[in-house]
Order: sequence, then C-alpha cells, then structure tokens
Amino acid sequence: MRLPWWSTGSLALLLILLLAGLPLLAIALEAGQINLPSVLSNAYTQRVIRFSIVQAALSTLLSLGLAIPVALALSHEPRFPGRSTLITLYSLSLVIPTVVAIFGIVAVYGRTGWFNTFLTSLSIEPLSLYGLNGILLAHVFFNMPFATRVLLQSLDGIPGEQWRLATQLGMPYRSRFRHIEWPALRPSLPGLTALIFALCFTSFAIVMTLGGGPRATTIEVAIYQALRFDFDLNMAVTLACIQLVLCTVLMVFSTLLARHIDSTIGFSGLLKPVRWRPTNTHRWIGILTISIATMFVLLPLLGLVFATANTKFLTVITDSLTLLAIGNTLVTAVVSAFLSVALALGLLISTRHLRVRLHHERAGIWLQLAGNIILVLPPLVLGTGLFLLLQPLADVFSLALLLVIAINSLTALPFVVRMLEAPMMQAGRQHDRLLQSLGIDAWHRWRIIDWPLLRRPIGLALAVAATLSAGDLTAIALFGSERFKTLPLLLYQRMGSYRLDEAAVTAGILLALCLFLFASLQRIIGGRAHA
Amino acid sequence: MTANLFRISSAVTRIGALLSVACFMATTGHAAARTLTVYTYDSFTAEWGPGPIIKKAFEATCGDCSIDFVPLDSSASILNRILLEGESTKADIVLGLDTNLMAIAEDTGLLAPSHVETKELKLPIDWESDIFVPYDFGYFAFVYDTEAIDSPPTSFDDLIGAPDNVKIIIQDPRTSTPGLGLLLWMKSVYGDEAAEKWEALQPRILTVTKGWSESYFSLFLNGEAPMVLSYSTSPGYHMAVDETERYQAAAFDEGHYLQIEVAALLKSSDNQQLGQEFLTFLHSNEAQSAIPLGNVMYPVTDIGSAMPPAFEKLIQPTEVLLFSPEEVRDHRRNWVDEWLEASSR
Repeated sequence: MRLPWWSTGSLALLLILLLAGLPLLAIALEAGQINLPSVLSNAYTQRVIRFSIVQAALSTLLSLGLAIPVALALSHEPRFPGRSTLITLYSLSLVIPTVVAIFGIVAVYGRTGWFNTFLTSLSIEPLSLYGLNGILLAHVFFNMPFATRVLLQSLDGIPGEQWRLATQLGMPYRSRFRHIEWPALRPSLPGLTALIFALCFTSFAIVMTLGGGPRATTIEVAIYQALRFDFDLNMAVTLACIQLVLCTVLMVFSTLLARHIDSTIGFSGLLKPVRWRPTNTHRWIGILTISIATMFVLLPLLGLVFATANTKFLTVITDSLTLLAIGNTLVTAVVSAFLSVALALGLLISTRHLRVRLHHERAGIWLQLAGNIILVLPPLVLGTGLFLLLQPLADVFSLALLLVIAINSLTALPFVVRMLEAPMMQAGRQHDRLLQSLGIDAWHRWRIIDWPLLRRPIGLALAVAATLSAGDLTAIALFGSERFKTLPLLLYQRMGSYRLDEAAVTAGILLALCLFLFASLQRIIGGRAHA
Repeated sequence: MTANLFRISSAVTRIGALLSVACFMATTGHAAARTLTVYTYDSFTAEWGPGPIIKKAFEATCGDCSIDFVPLDSSASILNRILLEGESTKADIVLGLDTNLMAIAEDTGLLAPSHVETKELKLPIDWESDIFVPYDFGYFAFVYDTEAIDSPPTSFDDLIGAPDNVKIIIQDPRTSTPGLGLLLWMKSVYGDEAAEKWEALQPRILTVTKGWSESYFSLFLNGEAPMVLSYSTSPGYHMAVDETERYQAAAFDEGHYLQIEVAALLKSSDNQQLGQEFLTFLHSNEAQSAIPLGNVMYPVTDIGSAMPPAFEKLIQPTEVLLFSPEEVRDHRRNWVDEWLEASSR
C-alpha cells in the first residue's frame, strides 16, 4: 500500500492540534465566562505581570552587560590556556537540567553556601538568595554563557585586514572598539535581547525554586499556584490568556529579530591568531574578567559535585522513592523523545515533499511552524488547558505519566524540528530527482536513503529531547503527585524542605541520568561516530 | 464548524475516559478491598508523628484492614487535592482540615456524614457538625528562641514595631492551615485595618513557606530565624521530649486564634463502614494519647495521666479568637487576595 505524501504530515499535525488545540479551546471557552477586566484590575495580577517583565528585563540586561566584556576578553586572548574548555563549559550550561544547576547555585550562594560562609567570616551580612536576587543570579548563570558564545562568534568573524589596518593607523583601543568590535557585535544584540528576554520571561523552574513568594512571582508560577494552591480556575485561565498574548508578541518579535542567531549546541574553540597586541593593563583586566566569569560558571558545578559526595549518598541512592523516580524519569524521557522525533519526522517528510518536489517552499515552512506551537503556548498554559479539559472527566493525577509525556514532547519539538530540518532537506535535494525517476516508494526511500543519512542527526535529536524531558520541572510540577514523581520533582521537594544532603545526591543522580541518556541514545540510535 | 469541533471534543472525551479507566484499573486493580486511603499532611505521618502509632493500633483492631496514609506537603493542600480530583479521588478519609476550611470543604459536596458521636468531647467550643470529626486542637502562636530574643513581643503592634533582628517565618495561607490561621488571627484583631498591618509587618517576615514543617524544622530549629508561626503547644514538645525550655511561645495581649483539626469521610469511598470505624477510633484512648507529643496539640478527650505534665506550663490565651466556618468561606478569597496584595508590594 502506498501512503500519499501528505499522510505523515497530516497525522503529525492532527496529533499536535489535538494536544495543543483542544486545551486552547478549553481555555477559550472558559475565558468566555470570566470577567477578564475585573481580574486584570486586581492589584496582585498587575504586580505579577509587572514582576515578570521587570525580572526578565533585568536578567537580559545583566546577562548581556556581562557577556559583552567576557566575549571581548576571550576574543582578545585567543591563546588563553583552557580557552576552548571554557567555551565548551559555556555550552554545557545549556544542557544541564535547570533544577540541577539551581541546586549548584544554592550550594554556593544559599544560606549555608560557600559564598555566605565567606561573607560571614568577614562579618558581612549574608546575602539572601531567595527572591529577585536568586532569580537574577540563576538567569545570568544560564544566559550569560549563551550570549557570550554568540557574541564571540560575531567577534571571531571580524576579517583580519580590519585589525591590520587598525594597527597601521595606530588606533587606541577605544577607537578599535568603536570602529571594529562594536559594529561586529551590534547586529546580534537585538536578536539576543529578544531571545534572552523570552527565555527569562517564561522561565518557571528558577522562579518557582528561588522566588515564588508573593513578592517574586511570575505569570507562569502564578498560573501554577492558582491551579495547585487555590484551585482558582478563573485566575489560572486569566493568567493563561495574558501569557498567551504576551508570548505570541514575544515570539513574533524574536523570530523577526533573532533570524541570524545560531542557538544550536556547537563548539567554536578553534585557536585564532593574535590580531593585536593589547597593553599589559588591558590584558590583566581581560584575564581578570575571564577568571571571574569562569568562577561564576564553574563554582555551582563544583558545588554540586562536592555536595553529592556526602553521608546520605547510599541512603538516597537505595531509597525506594529515588529508585521509583529514576524509573519514571527514564520512561518519560525516552517515550517523549521518541514521540517528539516521530512528530518532527512526520511533519518534515511532508514539508520536504512540499518544498523539494512540489516547490511550495512557503507552504512547507508553514506546516513546519506547527512544531513551534509550544513557544506560543508555554507548558503551563498548555497544562492549564489540559486540566480544564480532563478535570471533569477523570482524576488528572492518574493521567500524570501521559500528560507529562505529551507536554514534554511538544516542548522539545521546536528543537527537534530545527535539528532535523537541514539534514532532511539536504537529503531530499540531493536524491529526490533520482528517487522520482526510479519510482522508489516512501518505505524503501526511508530505508535505503534517509535512514543511513539521517541516523546521526536523529540520534542527536533524540538525545537532546530526552535530556530536556528528563530535566523538566514544569509539566511534572503541575501534574505530579506522591503517586507519580520524577527526579526533578523529587529534587525540588527535597530542596524545598531544605534537606540539602538528600537534594545533593538527587541532583547528582539526575545529572548522571541525563548524561547517560544523552550518550546512550546518541550511540544506539545515531550509530558509531564514523558511520 | 462548531458541530465538528464538538464531535472532535466528544471523541477526545471518550478517549480520555477510556484512558483514565485503564489507568485506574492499573493502579488500583491489585489493592486489597479493605484498605483505607487517608490524605493527610506530612508531619502527621512522619516517623515521630501520631500517624504510625494510630495506624498500628487501628490495624490491630480491625483484622485484615490496612491504612494507607498519603502525606501531602501541607494541610490546605488536602482540600485543594480533593477539589482537583473530585469524585474520582482515591481518598477514603481526609485528615488534617480545620475549622476554617470546614464550610468550604462541606460545600464541595464530596464529604459524607461521619455518624460519630461528638457530644462528649472536651473542646473550647460546642461542636455541631455531623460531617467533621475533631481530633485535636491548639492555639496559633509565635514560638521564639530564647537564646536569640530576650523580650518577645507581647502583641501584634509590638511585633510590627520590633527591632530589626526580630524576624519571623510564616506559612502561605493558600497552602497551610497555620498560614490561613495567621491571616484570620490578624483579621480578627485588626478587621478592616488588616491589610495595612500586613504591609507594616513585611519587614519582619524572613520568608513564607508552603507548609508548617519547612518553617519549623528546616528553618526555625536550624537557627535561620528567631521566631516562627506555630502553636502555643509547640514548647510542650521541647520541654517534655528534648527537656529544654529554650523554645517558648509569645503570649499576645489580643488573644490567640483557635484551631480545631478535623477528619472526614468521602462520599465516593467504597469503605464507608471501615471509614466510620476509623473516625470513631480517632477518639479512642490510644489515638488521643498519641496527640500531645505526636502532633503536639491538645487532645479532644480526657486522657488522664497520659497528658504530659509539661503541657501545664504552656501559655493560656487571654481571649480565644475564632471566625465561624461560614464567615471564612465567604471571605477567604478576598482576605487571601488582600494578603497577596499587601505581601507583593
């Protein structure tokens, strides 16, 4: 039997629409019955919206403000020892589960952390991590390295002649910066700003763990609290609607502005020739900047490693709660990764036909955009919709496994589509004519041509999707209960009840599990590196 | 268009129902018929709490039955949880609601009459409900560390004006019954001025936790703050078990707010008979004797010599404050919003 070219795409689209459209419909129907203006004029709602915007703006400003000097210093020091390791470390912070990194941050900057112990020994009043401080710190931890990498790429792209010319003209550093470096940095800034703002605006795990009190609550966390604390559907739906509108605006902005930003996980640690001789003072400032930035990223990771090796290690690792959570995390991660990749392949097989064979480039891209639904409909909004949809019918907590898998696979979908798009299209462009003339059907095409070519990218996409899902705290916070817990939820609870030793071990296990998932999926599905 | 959407949604409804039935069967298929599932809060079931003692004693009386305590992270979460789960809840019993939440819980229509005799109980007020079974009571109070604070505040005004080192840890009224208790305590003291007083109290508050255990055990006893919202009975435990007078409750001139903790049976439970037996058992001598040092509250029956002598040294409220369950039901949302507003400023 021959399936028409549109069958896979339609099936994927239908599934995505069922998963995202029905909850959206449920929200819309519910919203029709609430008096939106009255909830909007509520002072608390307004403050939550304001706080979401203010913290995201501050986080963006700080991340970029710190990333620019660090990127400049790294670009001035192409032979700095450990430079490429440092750049690899900077991509690592994109892969580590948020809760694990938060634990590291708590271990360093928390009440009893290294930093405060140090301050106390100097008899300085210790710093409180909880509230805006902690949120900003964690956001900078995640986004400063990301921004540094993007900016460093722009700086590395400056043609050598420009530097030579500057040296011949005897330009002081200030003018070099103004005429050479700043023009190279500037084009990436609007896109980076939009991306980082969007990430911080919708961040959930960080705000829930380090903020969350009434003074430091974002829209995402307020939705969670309205559902899980208050069972206040009106509040949840109103906030979900606000978030939906704001995210749509943000998504439009960041797609327009961030077109040229390559946010994939890659490594650009190649040695570059020294292109100008900085003064000694300048070098020292640069090296100091790099050292501080390294400490900032490295300390929480070290904090985590040190904290994991404690007396509770054996108790926690053999605890039935932990073991059960490991099992749940593995199942959720693997199933949602496969679902996500299946949805992406379904969409891409049809869009490839549209784009390559039928030359309907635009229609193909539109179909592909369905994979980005989660960017407009963030996990908590989607979760609210699923809640409304299912709550009258069943006990949602007994459906936790399915709901978490569904939400996580949609969350990973934009990344997966992005990773598979280029290799799919390339394979199509290279072989489509030949395949058409030979009349090879879809199944054989897949087996003979696509699979060998796409195996590696698929393996990588699965690995990334599984890691993302294994580290998720959003969907599980909404639907988890004592009946169904994953490692991130267990870690959150152990951290929340300040059992830091147990939390440390849990964080260590989660990190190890993510690394294991990443490596094994890439190896088993992707095959050997030279295949 | 709408007809199509409706068809799709009803199809999804059916799939959802099938899935849920499948999951339900998967999770409960093998459970014994005589298992009572009890939703409660974490400190009740902790190894040092009254839960394990009551479980063991009850299971010894009823033969082949067993009790499955499901510890939720805070007391008000119990109510939210049955609200979220509705009639498909797995709970047979909810244990750990209080007088403040009674009318709200009763309005859900999910609870069944207890058929437990409550006339003879020793309570500070007359008991009228035929649904809720009281199992202990106490007064909210700020407990302080005598090594960190010399002269504790003697009223809310005193607390608000206290020096900078006097910091308190409180609980979120949306998730914790002591948190809600403090909200109502302030309301009964200050009435319409409560919102401004909450704002004035902000500089004193170190942090707001989700449940009582985190405040008390994780933060207060670890020395993170010198004062915590707890009960007037809390020092009784430290005096009787730890044999220390270090932790004391601050007596407030305005009086203290009363909390009576209750349990109730769910209508949807298949174990009505066993559930009623359990509720009755809560008043047995064995169960009540586990209350003073297990839950660190006053028992609701006379347990005679089982009462720890240290409890006689506890502060006695000059005035007992309490809103009716109906008043709390009618105003809770507004008052919580007022609190949120004052605390987010």
